[in-house]
Amino acid sequence: MEPNMRHILNIVCYLPLLGVALIVFVKPERKTAVKWVANITAFLGFLVSIPLITSFNDPQYIDSSTGFRYVFEVNWIPLIGAKYKFGIDGISLLLVLLTTLLGFIAILSSWNAVTERVKEYYAFLLLLQTGMLGVFMALDFLLFYVFWEVMLVPMYFLIGVWGGPRKLYAAIKFFLYTLAGSVLMLVGILAIYFYQYNTTGIYSFDILPLQKLGFPHDLQYWVFLAFFVGFAIKVPMFPFHTWLPDAHVEAPTAGSVILAGVLLKMGTYGFVRFSLPMLPWATMHFLKPMLILSLIGIIYGALVAMMQKDMKSLVAYSSVSHLGFVMLGVFAATPVALQGAVLQMVNHGISTGALFLIVGVIYERRHSRLITEYGGLSQVMPVYATVFLIMTLSSIGMPGLNGFIGELFILQGTFAAPGLWMYAAVAVLGIVLGAAYMLWLYQRVMFGKLENPLNQNLPDLNFRELATFVPLIILAFWIGIYPSYFTRFLDQPVNAIVERVRTDYFKAGRAEGPLPASPVIHAIRAAP
Amino acid sequence: MLDKIWLIPLVPLAGSAIAGLAGLINLRLTGQRLDRRLVSIIALSSVGLAFLLSAGAVFELFSSQHKGSYSLESYSVDLFTWFEAGSLPVAEGGLARFTVPWGFLLDPLSAVMILVVTGVGFLIHVYSTGYMWDDSGYYRFFSYLNLFMFAMLTLVLANNFVLMFVGWEGVGLCSYLLIGYYLEKKSAGDAGKKAFVVNRIGDAGFILGMFLIFVHFGSLRYDEVFSKAAEMPVQAGHGFLFWATLCLFIGATGKSAQVPLYVWLPDAMEGPTPVSALIHAATMVTAGVYMVARCNALYSRSPETMTIIATIGALTAVFAATIGFAQTDIKRVLAYSTVSQLGYMFAALGVGAFAGGIFHLMTHAFFKALLFLGSGAVIMAMHHEQDMRKMGGLRKHLPATYQTMLIGTLAIAGVPGLAGFFSKDEILWKAWSNGHPRIWFALWLGAGMTAFYMFRLIFLTFWGEERMDEDTKRHLHEPGSNVIGPLVVLAFLSVVGGYVGLPAWLGGSKFERFLEPVLRLPENPALAEAHHPARQEILFTFLSVAIAAAGIFLAHYCYVKNPSAPEKALGWWPALHRLVYRKYYVDEIYDALFVNRAKDLANACFFVDSKFVDGAVNGTAATTRGTAAVSGFFDKYVVDGLVNLIGWINMMLNRVATSLQTGLIQRYALGAVFGIVVFILIYFNGLLNF
Repeated sequence: MEPNMRHILNIVCYLPLLGVALIVFVKPERKTAVKWVANITAFLGFLVSIPLITSFNDPQYIDSSTGFRYVFEVNWIPLIGAKYKFGIDGISLLLVLLTTLLGFIAILSSWNAVTERVKEYYAFLLLLQTGMLGVFMALDFLLFYVFWEVMLVPMYFLIGVWGGPRKLYAAIKFFLYTLAGSVLMLVGILAIYFYQYNTTGIYSFDILPLQKLGFPHDLQYWVFLAFFVGFAIKVPMFPFHTWLPDAHVEAPTAGSVILAGVLLKMGTYGFVRFSLPMLPWATMHFLKPMLILSLIGIIYGALVAMMQKDMKSLVAYSSVSHLGFVMLGVFAATPVALQGAVLQMVNHGISTGALFLIVGVIYERRHSRLITEYGGLSQVMPVYATVFLIMTLSSIGMPGLNGFIGELFILQGTFAAPGLWMYAAVAVLGIVLGAAYMLWLYQRVMFGKLENPLNQNLPDLNFRELATFVPLIILAFWIGIYPSYFTRFLDQPVNAIVERVRTDYFKAGRAEGPLPASPVIHAIRAAP
Repeated sequence: MLDKIWLIPLVPLAGSAIAGLAGLINLRLTGQRLDRRLVSIIALSSVGLAFLLSAGAVFELFSSQHKGSYSLESYSVDLFTWFEAGSLPVAEGGLARFTVPWGFLLDPLSAVMILVVTGVGFLIHVYSTGYMWDDSGYYRFFSYLNLFMFAMLTLVLANNFVLMFVGWEGVGLCSYLLIGYYLEKKSAGDAGKKAFVVNRIGDAGFILGMFLIFVHFGSLRYDEVFSKAAEMPVQAGHGFLFWATLCLFIGATGKSAQVPLYVWLPDAMEGPTPVSALIHAATMVTAGVYMVARCNALYSRSPETMTIIATIGALTAVFAATIGFAQTDIKRVLAYSTVSQLGYMFAALGVGAFAGGIFHLMTHAFFKALLFLGSGAVIMAMHHEQDMRKMGGLRKHLPATYQTMLIGTLAIAGVPGLAGFFSKDEILWKAWSNGHPRIWFALWLGAGMTAFYMFRLIFLTFWGEERMDEDTKRHLHEPGSNVIGPLVVLAFLSVVGGYVGLPAWLGGSKFERFLEPVLRLPENPALAEAHHPARQEILFTFLSVAIAAAGIFLAHYCYVKNPSAPEKALGWWPALHRLVYRKYYVDEIYDALFVNRAKDLANACFFVDSKFVDGAVNGTAATTRGTAAVSGFFDKYVVDGLVNLIGWINMMLNRVATSLQTGLIQRYALGAVFGIVVFILIYFNGLLNF
């Protein structure tokens, strides 16, 4: 194992690409063979990512100066200083594992859903997998950008070819919208790249030195805005979110799972990895507007979700609301809130990924996603009803399940942040609304009389379908009951980010002097 | 056994999981229902075991041989760290780790609670085996019921706020599942959702209270929070303690059905009757009362919140009782009665009688469970008819049900010697002696109303003429022993349960002394000085007995002696009756003010989203396409046109040029000659000029 671990990230990242290569050699008519190749590759992809977590704290894989693990670095384009550099920390570790797991589940869930152009479909899914993993592993800004763009192409085709009736509109909207954002991001990247050259004389896209460099405020201001557009579209934050419902509604089930589960996390990951540590001044400068946009996302997304007639667009709008929570946690910028934000990225991948699978299950049987078409399904599909219930509860933050831990961290972390308790208090409203729209959905689909004759003989989950849910259910309980297994990887990177953004955060803990007080704390002190 | 207290909630959870999974797998594989006897054994044994474990642990905690080894008469065990997520600034300055264990605490307060929950819960389980025998979802029902026990036991055994919140939300979930148990009934599903969402509104308050506590105390463990709080002085005004306790109390109004969040509880009777008994008596609604009593160290130091609690409690007690006057559904009367009795408990907490509130919680659990289960027996006998106007004279047909329910009614009405008398009297006396005469008066009035509407229920159901149809009458029969058994046990408890809390003039309350170690109340010199002679206390006891008797006699007059009296009374003021019968239109008002406005807002947001936000995106796209079309036009006709123009000019020139090259030698010769002539003319013209 020893020599291989040096390449572990390359293996994890490019194993799906190997699957693509294999699929190319299978005849298009041999659909089952294609499916088997894709499923086995994806499963192996998940298996090889497990050592990442088990030997994460093995000192020989830790880069002592930066704290990153399994760092792999070679020159890529020496002329401009671009390097091929991979490495992960606790934050990217969780997202990489989420990606490998959801990638496998998405592929497994497609077995019967896709019957046309099977070969191309699985090739694109696997290609997408490589793109996403590369984004989370890249430690070179140019490499990051390349993976960021690579990922768009297969997703574009997945929606545009295997999508619903308005697939072209949705695919093009998705592609152009995100592309527009990422071009601005590229401008931002180039701005800091040239600034670095001007001050140090080094041409480099290496992220870690850039994080430590410290940019002048006016540069931070503009670069922050450029990054913001790129990342906020991806998250998506209000008001850049309208591509999401269209993309979700039209995408095939597996596409929705990946889109919600992983793709959206690239935006939030971008904020955590780049905006906060590289642009700490601008982060604090834009803190309030960012938090307000997050709050709007939470409340507004939940309200709009309540009024949806299509199950998929309901779940899509719920994502806007949930990602609002993540963004709240990111910009509250306390260790607890940030840990909650990262954990909530994973949680959202689990619960919303599962909810899209759940919609996919009945869509496959009935070819309708309209809520009014259903009702009383729990009588014919009791196992399905149980799975749906667990994931609904996970989504609305029932204690004991994963969503609660994420929301609790985010809200408590925001509440205790100096001057931000009001934001947490408003965000709590989102929890009430979340319960309302999800339970209403569940009630309308699962309870009531089984009136629609088309639903009379719907078969319950089969073994393969159940297999796609079981890992997600296990994870939902695991994170809910013992989150420390996952959050222990977050302490170090999150504290480093907080130290960049709130420079005196930890000093205040050691020194005698009190922190800048929040209004609540003022109230506490004022009391006799 | 004491170090195994974490098993007490875990055993019902295991029972729930086993019954649920086995039932589900069995249904999926064979299409058959799981054997009902097997389900009963799993469910009953798990709750029974939880009861035995509770009894054993409580016995061990308070047995003399262990007195020395556990200080403060409490025992706390941490299983493992639940989460630990970095540090946060706290009010005192410095940082505190945000961490909470999976930890359980047994002390006198949780001891009372687990015994009531598992004891009454077990009886309700036994009763359910009879009541639900013919239901197709038998395994599902018991799986939920066991889960309910788990959630409630977690709530009362937790040693920190976050774990309490697990149970807190858990009972909300179970109420959603059980109230909506009759899946085909839309009203049941709606009631379940209403229960959950209204509870969530309260939970939002609970969460905020929790956040405030962490920010101030740097911990969410009871031992750390309450010991720090015990050193704090009383905070008058709207300081931190006021806000924290108020937020937590908002949570309690949701869970324990107080004004303004009581609206879910009356609808909760959509569920099967044993569920109503479980929700109304042993679990769920008592959670808020328990939580406030648990946090007595905080509440007793915030007199403003205490005033609010006492006022809301008294208001709820009277308000809900008046609604109970006019209801005709037997379960609905009991539901409003629960809301009213919970008001008494909160009034007790609000006037500082924490032990009195818990005492009433316990006795109420006995007689309210009895009343609900008894009404379930009536409903079963009546073939699921719940309207009291179609009952009457049932005491001849259901003597055992009648006798036990009568005991419950006497107990709730506060007839001397029964459990409700002691606990209610304690509350009334504390309200007066702690200096809240207005609260006392409201509660005193409420006591008379309680006696009236409860005896109205008894007289309408069991006395008078038989108003049911012949077919129903023929089939009337007493239910089986697994239904009557729990009724008898509960009736027994409703009689003797009060003797642990005798008033001071009869030797004082053992119950209060038992709870003493949990209560960390601040010194209150005003109360210590006020001395109330026993004579005064006896006088007040006499007053409460008198008004209860008045209520009973009035009910007897209206519904037995002179059945036309209520009709006549209604004739005086029909609008008032309609107002009360329709529950003061509170549901309609909430719908108009909040629910429908929220829906409007959601619709507006959706409109804005599709028309403006997405409109802007599509507008940008359209603008881009328009610009592209214009540039396309420009490109095609202007830019490309220019290119083509040049080409055209060239072509024309070419054509001129090509027309010269005809290949005819004569024409070339002609050209040559013409050229020579021109040349000569120019040449000579030049010569001439020079």
